[in-house]
Amino acid sequence: MGEEEPRIGVFICHCGINIGKVVNVPEVVKYAKALPNVAYAEDNIYTCSEAGLASIKKAIEEHNLNRIIVASCTPRTHEPLFRSACREAGINHYLFEMANIREQCSWVHAHQPEKATKKAKDIVRMAVARATWLEPQEEPELDIKDSALVIGGGIAGMTAALTLADQGFKVYLVEKEPGLGGNLRRLHKLYPTMQDTSEILEPAVKAVTTNKRIETLTSTLVSDVKGYVGNFKVSLAKNGEKREVEVGTIIVACGAVNYTPPKGLHQYGVFPNIVTQLELDELLRNGKIEKPPERIVMIQCVGARKGEIRAVDLAGFPKSDTARLLAKILKAKKEEGWPYCSKICCMNAIKNAILVKEKFPETDIIILYGDVRVYKEYEDFYSEAREHQVKFVKHIEEVTPEITQGPGQKLTVTAYDALSGREMQLPCDWVVLSTPLIPHKEEVILARMLKIPISPDGFLMEAHLKLRPVDTQMDGIFLAGAASGPKDVPESIISAKAAAARASTLMANKKMRTEALTSVVDEEKCIGCGLCEEICSYGAHYLEEAKSHTIAALCRGCGACAAECPRRAITMQHFTDEQVLAQVKAALMEEA
Amino acid sequence: MEEAKVREEFEPVILAFCCNWCSYAGADLAGTSRFEYPTNVRIIRVMCSGRIDPTFILSALAWGADGVLITGCHPGDCHYVQGNYMMERRFAFLKEALSQLGIDPERLRLEWISAGEGEKFAALIRDTTQRIKQLGPNPLKAT
Repeated sequence: MGEEEPRIGVFICHCGINIGKVVNVPEVVKYAKALPNVAYAEDNIYTCSEAGLASIKKAIEEHNLNRIIVASCTPRTHEPLFRSACREAGINHYLFEMANIREQCSWVHAHQPEKATKKAKDIVRMAVARATWLEPQEEPELDIKDSALVIGGGIAGMTAALTLADQGFKVYLVEKEPGLGGNLRRLHKLYPTMQDTSEILEPAVKAVTTNKRIETLTSTLVSDVKGYVGNFKVSLAKNGEKREVEVGTIIVACGAVNYTPPKGLHQYGVFPNIVTQLELDELLRNGKIEKPPERIVMIQCVGARKGEIRAVDLAGFPKSDTARLLAKILKAKKEEGWPYCSKICCMNAIKNAILVKEKFPETDIIILYGDVRVYKEYEDFYSEAREHQVKFVKHIEEVTPEITQGPGQKLTVTAYDALSGREMQLPCDWVVLSTPLIPHKEEVILARMLKIPISPDGFLMEAHLKLRPVDTQMDGIFLAGAASGPKDVPESIISAKAAAARASTLMANKKMRTEALTSVVDEEKCIGCGLCEEICSYGAHYLEEAKSHTIAALCRGCGACAAECPRRAITMQHFTDEQVLAQVKAALMEEA
Repeated sequence: MEEAKVREEFEPVILAFCCNWCSYAGADLAGTSRFEYPTNVRIIRVMCSGRIDPTFILSALAWGADGVLITGCHPGDCHYVQGNYMMERRFAFLKEALSQLGIDPERLRLEWISAGEGEKFAALIRDTTQRIKQLGPNPLKAT
C-alpha cells in the first residue's frame, strides 16, 4: 500500500442500456460507497463520454481521490482512455483499475438480472481490493537510435528500406541470397495487371542499391540479436566474416516460400509433366512449352487447407461410387498439408490460365477447385478467365485426384465432380498444382533470436491480428510482407510501408517510454539460484555477484519469474502477490 | 433425490484466472457475441498464465473457492513465448499436491482459450459450473 491512505473513486457505467438494462447500477453504486477505502461513487450513462471523463476529473479534485475505478467494459479497449483522464487530473495512471461488468457480466447474463447485479457487486469489490494495493509507477525512458535493420531483400524489405531511407534514417538491408528481389525473381507476370515482374523489380533494386542511406548486405545472415527497442546490437555473418551493427528498430521481411510437394503427392516428381504454378510460370517465361497442349488440368489447394478433413455428405452420391469415395477420403486424411488458405493460389491459377489461353487459345483448361476465393477487383479477373473459356470445376476436395499416365505420353486425372458426385476422367498434357506460400524453415531460428512468438500456421505472429497487424509483441520490431502470412505484391507493399511508418515514429521521437510492467528483484531475499535467468524468455534477468537483476527494457512483464522464484524475491509490478491475492480474497469473502 | 436437489440449488463460486492476451480476450468475445453462461465465475486478469503463482490457487481453495479455473493461450501461442508451458508444469504439480492435501483435484481445471474462442469460453464456464455443482461445496469453506 502506498504512503497515503487510499481514497478510491468508483465510476459505474450504464453504457447506455448495455449494462443498465441488466445490472441494477444504482444498487451497485450504493454497494460500492460502503466498501472500505471508497471515498466516492457515482454512476454515468457513458463514463467514456466527454461528460463522463469530466466527471471523473471533477470528483478527483472535489473528493481528493487517489485511486480510480471505472466499472464498465473491458480494459482491453478502454483502459488507455481512462488512464489518460487520470493522468490529466494528476493521478499516476497505474492507480487506475477497471472492473469489467459489460463483456463479462451484463452481456453474458442478460436473462439473470438479479444474479448479474450480485456478480457486478463482486467484481467491483474485487477491483476495490486490488486498487487499495495499487502503487504509482514511473515508466522508464529509453533513447532510440536513428537507424534500422531490415531483414529480407524481397519486395517488402526493399519497400520498407526505401520508405525509411526517404525519411532520413540509415538502413541496413540484409539478404541471405546473393541478389535482391526474393520470390519476385522467380515470377514472370503479376496478376491482375499482367505486368512483367521486372517492371516492378528492377526499379526497386536500382533505387535501393543507389540510395546513399541504405547499406545493402547480400549473402548475409543475421546470427544474433541482443539489446532492446532503440538499442539493438545485431551480429551479421557473411561467408564466415562477422560484423556488428547497432540499430534502433528492426523490420522483419523474411517472406515465405512456395510449397513444393514431396515426391509422389499427386504424382509430383514422378511424371515430368506435373508441375507447380510457379514452375508453369517459369516454363511460360522461358518458352519451354512449344507445342499447344490439348488440355491442362490445374488442381487447387494442393497442400493447403488440409489441416482437417471436413465431413462429406455421402447420402447424395450414386451408390457405385460411394465405397471408393469413402476409401479415398480415409486415405486423404494422411495427406501432408498446411491448414490455412494461402489466398494467392486462386489468382495465380487464373493468371497462368489466362497466359496459356493468350498463347494457345485452343487449349482446354480445367481448374479443379474446392472453393474459389477471389476478392475485391480479383472478381473481374476471375470473370476474364471465364470469358477465355477457362473451366472451373468444383470437385470433392477430400478425395485426392488420382493421376495416371496414359493414353501415350498424356496423363489422366480422375476426380469426383462435387455437384453430381460422379467420377470424371480427364486426359491432359499437363497437370499444374496450385501450392501455398509456407513459412521459411529458418523462421523458427529468427523467431527465437527476436523473441517473437510463432502463429499456429507457422508464421511470425503480430501483436494483435486486428489492431496491431505490423507490430510484434517486442517493442521496436515490426513485420512486413509474407513474414506474417501469405501476401501478394500490393499487400506486401502496404504492410512494408506500414511497418516503416511504425518504425520511423519511434525513431523520429528519439525517445520512448515503456510500460512499467516489469519485475523487480529484492536483493535481500535473492539467493542467486538463477532460476529466473533460466526461465526468462527475454533474457531480462542476469546474475551478478550471486544476485539476480532485471533489465527493465527487456522485461515484457509476463510475471513468470515472480511465480517461479522459490524465495518470493521477485515482485511483478502492477501484478504483485498482494494485489492478486487481495482480489482472490475479495472474490470469496464479502467482508475481506 | 434430496441430495441431488441440494446440489442443483448450490451456487458455487468459481475463480477463473485469465491471461490478458488470449483467454481474457476470449471471455470478452463471449460477451460481445452474447453467449450466455452461469454467473458463478469471477475472473482475475493477469498478463500471462505464467504469472499464476501456486499460492494464488492454494489460497483461493483455502479461502473457500469451490473451483479454480486456469486459462491461457494455446500451446505454442503464448504471447510471452512459453509462460503457458510453465503454468502447465505447475498444474501437474498442483493436482498432485491437492490430492495429498485431501482436496478433490477436480476442483482445479486448466484449459487453453484463444482470443477467438468466445463460444468455447462460454461452454467451458457452463461445463465447469456443472462439474463443481456435482462436487458440492468446498469443505474448507466453513473453517
